[in-house]
Amino acid sequence: MQPLLEVRELRTHFELGDGVVKAVDGVSLSVPRGRTLAVVGESGCGKSVTARSILRLVEKPARIVGGEILLYDDAPDTKPLDLLAAKDKRLRQVRWADIAMVFQEPMASLSLVHTIGDQIIEAVRLHENVGKQEARDRAIEMLDRVGIPDPKRRVDSYPFQLSGGMRQRAMIAMALSCRPRLLIADEPTTALDVTTQAQILDLLQDLQQEFGMAIMLITHDLGVAAQVADEVAVMYLGEVVEQGPASAVLSHPKHPYTQALVRSVPRLGQRGQDRLVAVRGTVPPPYERPTGCRFHPRCDSFMAGKCDVTVPVRVRSDEIDVACLLYGEEADR
Amino acid sequence: MLRFVARRLVWMVITLAAISFVTFVVIKLPPGDYTTTVIANAEARGQDIPDSQIAELKRHYGLDKPFIVQYLTWIKGVVLHGDLGQSFAWNQSVASLIGNRVLLSMVLSIASLLFVWAIAFPIGIYSALRQYSGGDYLASFLGFIGMAVPEFMLALVMMYIGFRYFGQSVGGLFSPEYADAAWNLGKLLDLISHLWVPIVVVGVAGTAGLIRITRANLLDELHKPYVATARAKGLPEWKLLLKYPVRMSLSPFFSTVGWLLPGLISGETIVSVVMSLPTSGPLLLGAVKSQDMYLVGSFVLILSTLTVIGTMLSDLALAWWDPRIRTRFQKG
Repeated sequence: MQPLLEVRELRTHFELGDGVVKAVDGVSLSVPRGRTLAVVGESGCGKSVTARSILRLVEKPARIVGGEILLYDDAPDTKPLDLLAAKDKRLRQVRWADIAMVFQEPMASLSLVHTIGDQIIEAVRLHENVGKQEARDRAIEMLDRVGIPDPKRRVDSYPFQLSGGMRQRAMIAMALSCRPRLLIADEPTTALDVTTQAQILDLLQDLQQEFGMAIMLITHDLGVAAQVADEVAVMYLGEVVEQGPASAVLSHPKHPYTQALVRSVPRLGQRGQDRLVAVRGTVPPPYERPTGCRFHPRCDSFMAGKCDVTVPVRVRSDEIDVACLLYGEEADR
Repeated sequence: MLRFVARRLVWMVITLAAISFVTFVVIKLPPGDYTTTVIANAEARGQDIPDSQIAELKRHYGLDKPFIVQYLTWIKGVVLHGDLGQSFAWNQSVASLIGNRVLLSMVLSIASLLFVWAIAFPIGIYSALRQYSGGDYLASFLGFIGMAVPEFMLALVMMYIGFRYFGQSVGGLFSPEYADAAWNLGKLLDLISHLWVPIVVVGVAGTAGLIRITRANLLDELHKPYVATARAKGLPEWKLLLKYPVRMSLSPFFSTVGWLLPGLISGETIVSVVMSLPTSGPLLLGAVKSQDMYLVGSFVLILSTLTVIGTMLSDLALAWWDPRIRTRFQKG
């Protein structure tokens, strides 16, 4: 089936005084319709920059230098819209109406001097031709839907009058107020405590069922990914090294990096004497990208003369797309 | 909210009482009193005033009574009759002496203030939004010059330009033919035609400062996540910038706007001296020099009153502007 969104060879670079940091350097991934894609990876691997690049929200010194971001229409066989090539006006129509976003810090991502209602109504009236009262009713309805008690009163509250969990719910209500086809959630639960985190994830899943939208969930937490994702894309140093169904990627990972990540997650009932294994080595400095496969200096399956020379291309192995020289024709030869 | 205002009013009265007392103490601190000035002036003219006459003067002005009695007499007059006392040097009541000048000072200062706001806010906002652009550098450059050039210097230059190229009668707020005339349309127009020079002179330093403040405040807000949210919502760039970060960046401005009030009647002293404007600043300066104590005391009292009122007004303005403050007021 045609995906909803396809990112091809996206490159977003930070042009700093002492060099160029290639935060996102050739990311390709696809978001299936109506399902949840989790993008996982260590801090600094470029997950958030990828998410922000989709709506062209990156700010100086970051700049999108290449790639395509294709948004497919609901009708099959229509030409997709390339968001990177779209005119500003067209892009603004896509923002929120087709693709909405929820950010990490709900306190910081809502304006503190405007009421929640004001901020939701603004979004609704921007994209739909509705009156003030109707937009307000929609805001109240959405607040009710995301589980905010007494929404008729809360619609006139300011964000600082709500708890962290409630604020994130309000943010989600705002994100869904225009019925987007894709919700990008950038670490939506990282700033919340574990109980609230679980509630928010449940809520997202319920809302997905109800509204049928796709979710792209950015997270560094494999547990979160396992809980909600249908698909998982694993990022390392600005590229996607592996994408496939969540069950396959998380239980039988192909890429040595994913394997190391999965091993590093503590499990309930794990025997005391088994030490938790961390991913070996550290992320290389930003200005020195390794040659060949970017993971080779930390890789347990490193093949000298091969991995440090050849850049792996993505191949399909079982149901998983993986960029590693252990797989595909390269490996068979 | 009402409780808050009431509590603040009580504190205002206490603060003013304390200030008036301290002022009186400070005026009394230097050796001698107004009679010293009288004697010095007489000696400068080669005259000699007999001791009996000095004692008579002291008795007349109440200077022979103990300090605390002088203070209480004065403050009683102020509170009960609104009587600010007599100016020794001018031999007039302080109220009649100050009245007109305070009014002109306020006209000049309010006009300068509006001038400052009208210029500084748009430039400051532009500077922040186009940080490191040519326009930003130009604004910063001119801003620093504006802050660095002393006002009296600017006043002299402007007077020269006004006289040399526009043939205006510079100095003062009125042309000679209107100076002592009663208020009429001609006098008003004459005032306006004279006012622009001091407005620019008084306003330049403030404009420069406010540009820097506006720019810095806005730069702090410009990259906050809520701005990204607004952008993600699909709002047009200028609209979202004005609604969100610009609005946020003005909160610190509201919390300091009250301090402008006392500046309204005393801020332009030096400029007024240089340009011989009939405002209140030069009068205060002269009064301090000759230890004209009721005049000085009244001035300081008026300035203090304006300061505390201004502080309260700015708190209220901030509450009106920023819901975070407002909701805190409502709770307590």
